[in-house]
Amino acid sequence: MKRLFLWLGLGFALILYLLPVYVMVVNSFRDASNISLETIWQLPGKISIMGFSQAWSMLSPNLQNSLVMVIPAALLSSIIGALNGYVFSKWRFRGSEILFALLLFGFFIPYQAILLPLVRFLQWINLYGTLPGLVLTHVVYGISVTTLIFRNFYIHIPSSIVEAATVDGAGMIQAFWRVILPLSLPAFAVSLIFQFTNIWNDFLFGITVVPNPQAQPITIALNNLSGSFSVDWNVVMAGAILAALPTILIYIGLGKFFVRGLVSGAVKA
Amino acid sequence: MADKHWYTRHKGILILLPSLLLTAIFIYGFIGSSFFFSLTNWRTLAVDLSLRDPLWQTYAEMLAMPRFQADLRNTLVFTILFIGFAITIGLGLAILLDRQITGKGFFRNTFLFPYALSFIVTGVVWRWIFNPETGINLFFDILGINQALEAAGFDPLAPGWTTDPTIVFSVNQLLSHIWPSGNAFQIEWGIPVALIPVAIAATWQLSGFVMAMYLGGLGGISPHLRDAARIDGAGEFRLYRSVIIPMLNPITISTLIILIHVSLKIFDLVFSMSGVGPGFATDVPAIFVFEMMFKAARYNLGAAASIVMLVASSLIIVPYLMHTFKNRE
Repeated sequence: MKRLFLWLGLGFALILYLLPVYVMVVNSFRDASNISLETIWQLPGKISIMGFSQAWSMLSPNLQNSLVMVIPAALLSSIIGALNGYVFSKWRFRGSEILFALLLFGFFIPYQAILLPLVRFLQWINLYGTLPGLVLTHVVYGISVTTLIFRNFYIHIPSSIVEAATVDGAGMIQAFWRVILPLSLPAFAVSLIFQFTNIWNDFLFGITVVPNPQAQPITIALNNLSGSFSVDWNVVMAGAILAALPTILIYIGLGKFFVRGLVSGAVKA
Repeated sequence: MADKHWYTRHKGILILLPSLLLTAIFIYGFIGSSFFFSLTNWRTLAVDLSLRDPLWQTYAEMLAMPRFQADLRNTLVFTILFIGFAITIGLGLAILLDRQITGKGFFRNTFLFPYALSFIVTGVVWRWIFNPETGINLFFDILGINQALEAAGFDPLAPGWTTDPTIVFSVNQLLSHIWPSGNAFQIEWGIPVALIPVAIAATWQLSGFVMAMYLGGLGGISPHLRDAARIDGAGEFRLYRSVIIPMLNPITISTLIILIHVSLKIFDLVFSMSGVGPGFATDVPAIFVFEMMFKAARYNLGAAASIVMLVASSLIIVPYLMHTFKNRE
């Protein structure tokens, strides 16, 4: 009896969670002639990839923008985070905890509160409306969370191995390079995945820092596509799948690190 | 040795220096200038940085705007609905999966996967599901509910979802009794029906995250404790209610803080799913800020609203961070 309730509950939840996925998939493969308000729940019948080919031709420049933006931004913010986390965990000094807290606060602010000065600043250094400007923005506002991820990882590495290295005459940087960095692979995986997902899915910075459609990331282009009345919604649904695919693939392939990242992003400071 | 100490200490600061400088400018400096802009006369495309007289005039104007009042109401209602749904469902799923069953990993991964999506993807899809012309409303016909209602002489079900301007459970009457100047509110204080679908979409995206947090906590509870409680005669329900859920309190608090934080600054989901809604029924402060800064060129108003958002989330986050840091020392 208890078993039955368990499976009923899980089955019901599964259907509800997959309902939007069903809507996305069946409608993205639907033939344009078969699209109407009544058919949203029906199987596509004749499978058509017209939705995908149209979505691809409209969105591929923006997918490329997102990729060009997310890779350097995730890499740079992770590297800076690793160095910061190393100092905050292994080379603490008086006041370093307060500095860490001040840095971490940046992860929790609503970015609206820095938006206007940010846009003016980017205009001033001539990076407004450009992908490098967006990369800079994501690196700067990513530092706090990557520092947190690496600091929480390094805290569990015994300090004695850093001390041993320094007794052997290695400096702070050498110790990092020789002893800490080789151990850091899992932390880099967590940090890179966390940053990739966050930056790929970002909308606020994309829409405010880059007003010109050709240079915009995928999330903004998808939102514009969905708001335009001249586009059939097999194209919109196919576009949504294209926009979601990179993060879904990462989730499927590297789910372990993904879960670890979201739990450490949940601040166990 | 003292010299070496001095050297390494400063080397540590040297490594941190770029990040600390960037934080000082891009976080604290920019917050300061946003606050400054909110006190100025800058409300057209032409930059005017003279201070307003009285200084807080922009804040007073903003609080008197029906739209901003609606935003505050919507944030409050959305936070309560979304967090109520997400915590209940997330905890429920975690408890269902807190045992050895086949397919446990599959269920967990499916419930968590919406968290990997962008709010825009979620908004684009759920917008169609809650479109009154299609989506959910077709089920009322498919399942025969509307036919049965009509046969019984009732109107068929056809909710307007995000297009419905109705405010239910209005408390304006009540407010005017306990607070005579309550008629300063130009809006109805109640639950905007149009916000419910948005809260459901947000729950779909984040309840898996809540589940993952709770599963992490449940995994840390020793099997001996469960056995001991069972030997004492506690049934499954009592076991969870009296023993396990209280032990998960720290996780509940962290999860609540994160969800409140998401909810206070929610932007993309609402923007792509319903926009400002009928009569600002789904407008939120983040959309207000965006439109004032990037559409209406009312820079001081946008800045003032962003400062209100910052203060609201700081009231939640700062005590939490201070608590976490204090506990560690």
